[in-house]
Amino acid sequence: MTAPANFKFLSRQRRVREDRRFVAGKGRYIADINRPDALHVALVHSPHPAAKIVSIDADAALALPGVHYVLTGADLAKAVEPMMNGLDTPHVRRFPLAVGQARYAGEWVAAVVADTRALAEDAAELVNVDYEPLPFVIDGEEAYTPQSAPVHAEHGSNILLDRTFVWGEVEKHFSESEHHLSFRVTWGRNSTVPIETFGVLAAWDPWGETLDVWASIQMPKYADQIARAMRLPGNAVRVHYDVDVGGSYGVKRGIKHTVLVGHLSRLLNRPIRLIEDRLENMRAGDAHGPDRIFDVEVAFNSDGIVRSMKMRALDNAGAYAGRAPFQLGKPIGAIVGPYKIASVQYRAISVTSNKAAQEAVRGFGQAPTNYAIETMMDRVAAHLGLDRIELRRRNFIRADEFPYLIPSGTKYDSGDYHTVVDKVLAHVGYEALIAERDALRARGMLAGIGVAACLEPSGGNSSFEPLLNDKNTTTTWMEACRINVDALGAIAATIHTTSSGQGHETLTSTVIGETLGLDPETIRIVRPDSLASLPGNSPVGSRMAIMLGGAAHLAANKLIDKCKAIGALQFGCAVEDVEYAAGAVSHAASGRKLAWAELVNIAHRNFHLLPEGAQPGLEASHVYQVPTAGDLPTTDGRIQMYPCHSFEFHVVLTAIDPITGKVDLKRYVIGHDCGVVINPHIVKGMTLGGIAHGLGATLMEEFAYDDQGQMMSQTFMDYLLPSSHEVPQVEIVHHCTPSPLTVFGQKGSGESGYLGSPAAISGAINDAVAPFGVRFEKLPIRMTKISDAVAAARSGKA
Amino acid sequence: MKVELTINGATHVADVEARTTLLDCLRDKLGLTGAHAGCEHGVCGACTILVDGEPARSCLMFAAQADGYEITTIEGLAPAPGELSVVQDAFCETHGMQCGYCTPAMILTAHSLLSRNPSPTREDIVEAISGNVCRCTGYGQIIEAVELAARRLAGSNAAEDAR
Repeated sequence: MTAPANFKFLSRQRRVREDRRFVAGKGRYIADINRPDALHVALVHSPHPAAKIVSIDADAALALPGVHYVLTGADLAKAVEPMMNGLDTPHVRRFPLAVGQARYAGEWVAAVVADTRALAEDAAELVNVDYEPLPFVIDGEEAYTPQSAPVHAEHGSNILLDRTFVWGEVEKHFSESEHHLSFRVTWGRNSTVPIETFGVLAAWDPWGETLDVWASIQMPKYADQIARAMRLPGNAVRVHYDVDVGGSYGVKRGIKHTVLVGHLSRLLNRPIRLIEDRLENMRAGDAHGPDRIFDVEVAFNSDGIVRSMKMRALDNAGAYAGRAPFQLGKPIGAIVGPYKIASVQYRAISVTSNKAAQEAVRGFGQAPTNYAIETMMDRVAAHLGLDRIELRRRNFIRADEFPYLIPSGTKYDSGDYHTVVDKVLAHVGYEALIAERDALRARGMLAGIGVAACLEPSGGNSSFEPLLNDKNTTTTWMEACRINVDALGAIAATIHTTSSGQGHETLTSTVIGETLGLDPETIRIVRPDSLASLPGNSPVGSRMAIMLGGAAHLAANKLIDKCKAIGALQFGCAVEDVEYAAGAVSHAASGRKLAWAELVNIAHRNFHLLPEGAQPGLEASHVYQVPTAGDLPTTDGRIQMYPCHSFEFHVVLTAIDPITGKVDLKRYVIGHDCGVVINPHIVKGMTLGGIAHGLGATLMEEFAYDDQGQMMSQTFMDYLLPSSHEVPQVEIVHHCTPSPLTVFGQKGSGESGYLGSPAAISGAINDAVAPFGVRFEKLPIRMTKISDAVAAARSGKA
Repeated sequence: MKVELTINGATHVADVEARTTLLDCLRDKLGLTGAHAGCEHGVCGACTILVDGEPARSCLMFAAQADGYEITTIEGLAPAPGELSVVQDAFCETHGMQCGYCTPAMILTAHSLLSRNPSPTREDIVEAISGNVCRCTGYGQIIEAVELAARRLAGSNAAEDAR
């Protein structure tokens, strides 16, 4: 492994190559891709949270000129398979349109196909659906009770998952500990809500028997899922990966949209296009995030050492299952955070309800879990009268204890938490910060300091699949890269997925340039379609720096080996005596050298000069297995989840207007250690963006439902996104603890900031309102909640 | 109905319905796809274009209403094919974006700010871009880009210009 200081391109402040097309307005997003003969889809939505679909009358819609077809769920279900469930829940069947019964307000009941989107919307209003309302359930705890109305009657209850893991001697540690406390916190339902909605264009070719798909997608095994649902061989689905995705952060998983338009295209022999409008995206895009209640019990001693934790997490998955319940599984890989907690009992419960379906969100369940763990550390500190940072320091895993095995079976790769905290505190001037808080309080403001320390598991594996589903035996989550050197010596390398702002073209070209010692700017990055692609799993789970970076580096190493073999034959020496540097090979003893152009010429034109057994041309591929992956879970539910663990430490100072409750983040500092950084601009952006996203989840964003089962925040007038006014200027303190498991020592950073900012900001608010005896235990903490609670506390005191 | 629009200095004629928004007209009729639909109810700002130099939501404006105004879209900023304006280049320098979806609108807003106020404070920039929502960046590198562009336009940053 090269030391960071010796990198030529890696870790340097180099531009992000994707940016050039974006600033010119030349990104190629799904809405920019069209076919002149395409037809357009609009949806008919259920107004009821649960209702039997008695009949659908589409005559008036079909009578409108330019309307081609109206599809119902009953017809669709005859032609396609149900979509994939992560858990073994075969009776929770999900189709793109409601079949027989609508299960949430907004669910798609019928699809209208017309010459234009506007016409399709007009016609959708003319579809007359006769419903028979059914009992429904919105609240997660209520859904968990046996008497609640089952969302899927065939499944028998609303419980998708209810499993208790015990890792270590939990009861013994609880009985030995001097103190116990328990609490409940709730993570409200929000999501990443990209500014670009989901969209897809599908075109069936009846002569070639292939389905071409362009989509704003970020989804593992997307092509496979389309093929399975449409009863096609995998090689009949061609997903085009050269589509820029306008933000995703996990949620762009429009499989139901894709199966719907794929089916319509096959049925009508026309390209079919569906671009969600914002209303569809919010209420029926099936892209809401975790909606989770945590009940935590913690056992600790007077010195602040936390011995054991019992956590019950109940997640409201909404009307269908999908992959969402796995979001209770991924956090098992960092269930003790950065702390040496000796044993854990974890009960993971996922229930269906008559809310919109949940999908993967940045962190895949880790951000809510970190919020619960960090609230726990604050509570323990408060109980003992200890400083919150000192308490954390006493419980941190020490730098000399890595690799560190946590009770649930994951070995943390590396870290130096104490040093990161020291650096942050030195940067902040912690005493001065406390003085500033107290000065604000003296001026009549509510003021508080929040801290959070947490991990970002990275290198996305899918170990939670076999852990939570006995029928699933997945032990790889590979990623791949192919490098091709043409006969003129120019390099093109491949990415086998779409990207949604992560800068994968920059990542890949930088890694290959660094490895080959050639200018990354000269390396072209291309995206073959899915039929021409090597296996991969898309940019989920904070994995691409590790996985695509690893694949690109190892493919480049294979190219170097080929160059060396050519050199060895020319120089008449052993391969081991050939040096490769910056595109040339040389032999120190003889002083002979072959330049890049000569190597390329031999490889492409001089078969007679190639080593025996060598293939002509100059190309290499590598399919990279996740470091540490490959084992199934143990019978007591232990598994290595993700390989690498980035660390972040947040310190926030907030001032809150005591009358309006408006939260002002006066100072925001984050210490961040994601190992070796490949592109500093990208990592910085991820961290700042993640903090802003966490700020939204903490203070503003919620898919709120009323007691009639209707979603109240369906537009950006009600679902509030942080603007430049709300997001503070953030100071980043860097630290680098390389991972021993990755090719350059890199770790993931795609979820950074987001994983700790909700805990830090809510901690700061709770510190600010503590003098009033107020405590907020549910996110989001909107300004009205703060002003009401403070006013109530003050009038109570008066 | 036919509308005659002045966009990036050139005259365009388009056949639209009365209900066609300026955004849909630009994208679907004129092939100017740099303006993006985000919310289509005037909150997110991804569809921002300049109307007589001032930022405006093209999703809240009918194409017919744009008749008689000077419209500037992102396609009008680059000085030549393959080249970038100072503001566009500054966004590349600081990586003031990730997915790029809000970027054209953000750059037009910044362009408008700098043409009115060549030396904005951080607060001025925050205020100017507060109607453009970015979900990726947390705004930090966008603000840095606008600050850098202002410095470069003022000619006070010879070292960075020379790179």
